[in-house]
Amino acid sequence: MTAPIKHGVQFPAERARTTSFNEASARMRLELLLDAGSFLEFIGPEQREVSPHLKIFDLPEQFDDGIVVGRGRLDGAPVLVAAQEGRFMGGAFGEVHGAKLVGLLRAAREIESIPVLILFDTGGVRLQEANAGELAIAEIMRAVMEARTAGVKVIGLIGGRSGCYGGGGLIAGCCSALAVSEPGRIAVSGPEVIETNRGVEEFDSRDRALVWRTMGGKHRRLLGAADVFTDDTVQGFRDAALRLLDVVGPYGLDKLKAEQIRLADRLRSFGACEDAVDIWTAEGIVHAEDVPELPADQFIALADNIGRTSRDAR
Amino acid sequence: MEDLNFQHKARARAGGSRKSAIIGVVASGNLEVLAERVLPDGECRLEIKTAAVGFGDVWQAVVADFVERYSPGGLKFSINDGGARPDTVSLRLAQAVRLIEEDGQ
Repeated sequence: MTAPIKHGVQFPAERARTTSFNEASARMRLELLLDAGSFLEFIGPEQREVSPHLKIFDLPEQFDDGIVVGRGRLDGAPVLVAAQEGRFMGGAFGEVHGAKLVGLLRAAREIESIPVLILFDTGGVRLQEANAGELAIAEIMRAVMEARTAGVKVIGLIGGRSGCYGGGGLIAGCCSALAVSEPGRIAVSGPEVIETNRGVEEFDSRDRALVWRTMGGKHRRLLGAADVFTDDTVQGFRDAALRLLDVVGPYGLDKLKAEQIRLADRLRSFGACEDAVDIWTAEGIVHAEDVPELPADQFIALADNIGRTSRDAR
Repeated sequence: MEDLNFQHKARARAGGSRKSAIIGVVASGNLEVLAERVLPDGECRLEIKTAAVGFGDVWQAVVADFVERYSPGGLKFSINDGGARPDTVSLRLAQAVRLIEEDGQ
């Protein structure tokens, strides 16, 4: 097991309240999210399970291949956890990276009673090992659904710098529930991908305000893609995870059918909207154009009042 | 990529009882350092894989300074480097020693 970092004499709870989830490393997020000292890593960096592909491209490896998996406790209850490191190759899924998450989810499926927290921070599939990465995405999606069918709650926490894009967005869509912060972005095709394929008139990737109101945490919360919005602190995500573990119900065919109805209804209601602001206006928000500027506490109050959740579906 | 290896004699054994510690991320201008307590008390070894080719002399100077300052006896450092500057390397090495000297497993 590897050691966490200590900062002076601050207590863990105080550090979790003052540490930005967005700026923290994957290891720091886990250390502060879980009960103090409870994290035990599986296939840690000292085992050097590195990517077999990066060497061929003369690129540097990372000992954990950009994902930390293991177990720990959340308010005393056991959880399985996976945290992607968004700064290593954009948190992208490679062969080993993906296999570690598949293994964790399959273990959860066998155990049945221990929930899984996935701290997404990814641009999608790692281009240098694209075939292996795409296969990993498919395996992970299957593993998430098998775990959920076996009764496991799979919660996604999204607030990293790389957001949750590409296959990561697909996996997030398979989770029981999601928590998101303002810097967390959730989508499949990223801004540059859309612009490259469809032109700048379709999507101007340099327009950051457009990117955030289309893919950002606030919009995802208002649409019901994410069930909880939190301020950007590790403690905020800890509280959000506990809340979601409390409210997520059993999964089955009824739920999947309800999810299909929810998504079809959403498309019917907002399919003609040109911009996220139009959607927020249609949702009944009076000054929809002000939503991006709202501080977290005011936004949470608004979202709890107006925003949809996927609670009865997914 | 370039592989660099350095072997030093250390004045004293690094404190603490932790077996390993890791710090940092492999990204542009950053590096990860994995410290492991696997060597005899008076020895120190560094195995570096760096994306910045041709800076062996700088690494040698940074490593010699680090061993002199921290006396990390008994430790092996495995480094994956994304082209970090010397000051960042010095900082990560110091953090790795501090981590492995802390209480705990």
